[in-house]
Amino acid sequence: MLAFSFTGLILSSQIQFGDLKPIALEEGEMPMPQARVGLAQQGKEIYIDQGCIYCHSQQVRRKGFGADWERGWGDRQSVPRDYILQERVLLGTSRTGPDLMAIGDRQPSADWHHLHLFNPQITSPGSIMPPFRYLYRTQKIGDAPSPNALNIPDDFPLDQPEPGYEIVPTDRADQLVEYLLSLKLDYELPESRFAE
Amino acid sequence: MSPLLSFFSKVDPQTKPVVSQKVALSAIDHQMRTPVLLFTTSAILWLLIGTAFAIIASIKLHSPDFLGNFEWLTFGRARSAHLNAMAYGWANNAVFAVGLWVMARLCKANIRYGTMLVIAGSFWNIGVTIGVIGILTGGLTSVEWLEMPPYVAPMLAFSYVLIAVWGVLMFRFREKGHVYVSQWYILGALFWFPWLYVIAQTMIFVEPATGTVQSITNWWFGHNVLGLWYTPMGLAAIYYMMPKVLGRPIYSYYLSVLGFWSLALFYNWAGVHHLIGGPIPVWLISAGIVASVMMVIPVVVTAINHHMTAVGNARAVWCSPTLRFIVFGAMSYTLASFFGSWMALRDVNVVTHFTQFTVGHAHHGVYAFFTMTMFGGIYFMVPRILQREWPSANLIRVHFWCVSIGIGMMLVALHVGGWIQGLQLNNPDIPYTSPESGVVTILSALKPWLFSRSISGVLITIGHVAFFINFILMVIGPRAVRYKEGPTLLVKKEGEGA
Repeated sequence: MLAFSFTGLILSSQIQFGDLKPIALEEGEMPMPQARVGLAQQGKEIYIDQGCIYCHSQQVRRKGFGADWERGWGDRQSVPRDYILQERVLLGTSRTGPDLMAIGDRQPSADWHHLHLFNPQITSPGSIMPPFRYLYRTQKIGDAPSPNALNIPDDFPLDQPEPGYEIVPTDRADQLVEYLLSLKLDYELPESRFAE
Repeated sequence: MSPLLSFFSKVDPQTKPVVSQKVALSAIDHQMRTPVLLFTTSAILWLLIGTAFAIIASIKLHSPDFLGNFEWLTFGRARSAHLNAMAYGWANNAVFAVGLWVMARLCKANIRYGTMLVIAGSFWNIGVTIGVIGILTGGLTSVEWLEMPPYVAPMLAFSYVLIAVWGVLMFRFREKGHVYVSQWYILGALFWFPWLYVIAQTMIFVEPATGTVQSITNWWFGHNVLGLWYTPMGLAAIYYMMPKVLGRPIYSYYLSVLGFWSLALFYNWAGVHHLIGGPIPVWLISAGIVASVMMVIPVVVTAINHHMTAVGNARAVWCSPTLRFIVFGAMSYTLASFFGSWMALRDVNVVTHFTQFTVGHAHHGVYAFFTMTMFGGIYFMVPRILQREWPSANLIRVHFWCVSIGIGMMLVALHVGGWIQGLQLNNPDIPYTSPESGVVTILSALKPWLFSRSISGVLITIGHVAFFINFILMVIGPRAVRYKEGPTLLVKKEGEGA
């Protein structure tokens, strides 16, 4: 019995779309999707080991089924080809927080992401996302303030560093933000064009 | 003989008439004593550990700053530690204990070399411990139901095989004669689980499949662990305990055959309904929806069979700790399965998908059905294994009322809260959060429901602690409780001058 469903569901999908390749919309253009490399790929490991998937999905449903399109989560439906180069696919089944398939298009500011990760209440009051302060460290200000120091608003006195100190992202925070910025759905595929 | 009398004569260990049968079973109980005790004790310890993580994760979901600066307890890790401690720690150990014990009794097979079972069981538990610590310290895989770092998989798979082979051997060397429905379920499940686990590990971690084929594999596994591992083991326990305590046979043999084969046929296709609307071929999703709806058949069949067996024995059900939990579990199975079939419909799924409704449904199945059934099984099994009675009827009452009210409250909170969340998610005018206070947002509407879920979690915790204390008192307690006054019942015997 189980062998039937294994054949029917898994083997047949492997046969049906297991050999999809990146494809260019028109000749001469860059075939899409592109593999994620470098910092962003390292950031994906952080995303995985922190368990972001348990509140954030990475899939956009077609316009008309749910409100994914209206919420600006992606201009088009995500399709199997979008995921073929990912070693670990993170579709997710929970939207306690918004979908992140195209968060890099929607929120391209690294500063915003750092503040949001450090304490979500700063950027999104009322959020139930956990703070990731442990991805940041407090250090003594050297000759000049670091360019990447967090600029925490005055109405969060508890999160302010001591005078003479500053809060900067660790490597892990930089990688994670790089990954979030790399999540984009700004290209079209023959089988999935931007919805009107 | 009234059902009540027959009930007591069945439960009463001092009854004379069926001595030879009793002696045979008692010999098996004795042989199974050490392994069953190991599995039961580990199961209950995992239950407590899993409950602690559950409470932490639940509180974090409405008060995110609670323990917010401990990386190892961040929400994603705490909830995964909860799930894996419960699934692989509590549920699997309970299955090994109750499933193998029921199998041994039904097969009346001599169990030799039970020490092997103890060694394999120890390795299973060491594996789960390493896995849960792995989740907390950065090894979380973010693959649902397979969160433990892949390096524990070989150890778990190997110890699983060493454990399961005992069930198969018992069946192979069973006493000739009729094969009871519980045996089919247990035997089937013992073969289904390793097949699911090995395929999922291979296609997701060892040699990752392309793109969303992984997600399909993931949900084929995740859903089947519930449907082809916990569910058959739960049903096997119900089918065994219910007639045993009531002293009457199962209503219909034919219905149990139908229930078994239709479960085996339909359940394993249903998992794709977790991906409705997702980036996979639509025909797969449709196949999953059809299978999910077809699940109504085994569920209705099993429900009729259980109901007709228990009907008219309400008082016996109420007296017996075993039956109280088992009947609660059996009723929840029916209800949870109907919800499951309904949630697979596209029009419903577009609301419930991605919300707390799904979380509620998972607890409906794994807790209200499976866990309650296993509680019942343990209440029946341990006195026979230890030849002692449960020390305190009050603690059993506390256990029953706290967990049944707790899970009831949790189900209401998550289903209602999740439904509202789903409707709001589909309305693009309602934001997740808003800088202005007083605006309706998804999260502000959800928080009160999440908060009441935490309250229900506290109740459930109290129940689990009561259960644990009773169990420990029974294991280490003085020998005085040994068959002192007959079985521990929850309501005083009636008309027997006692």
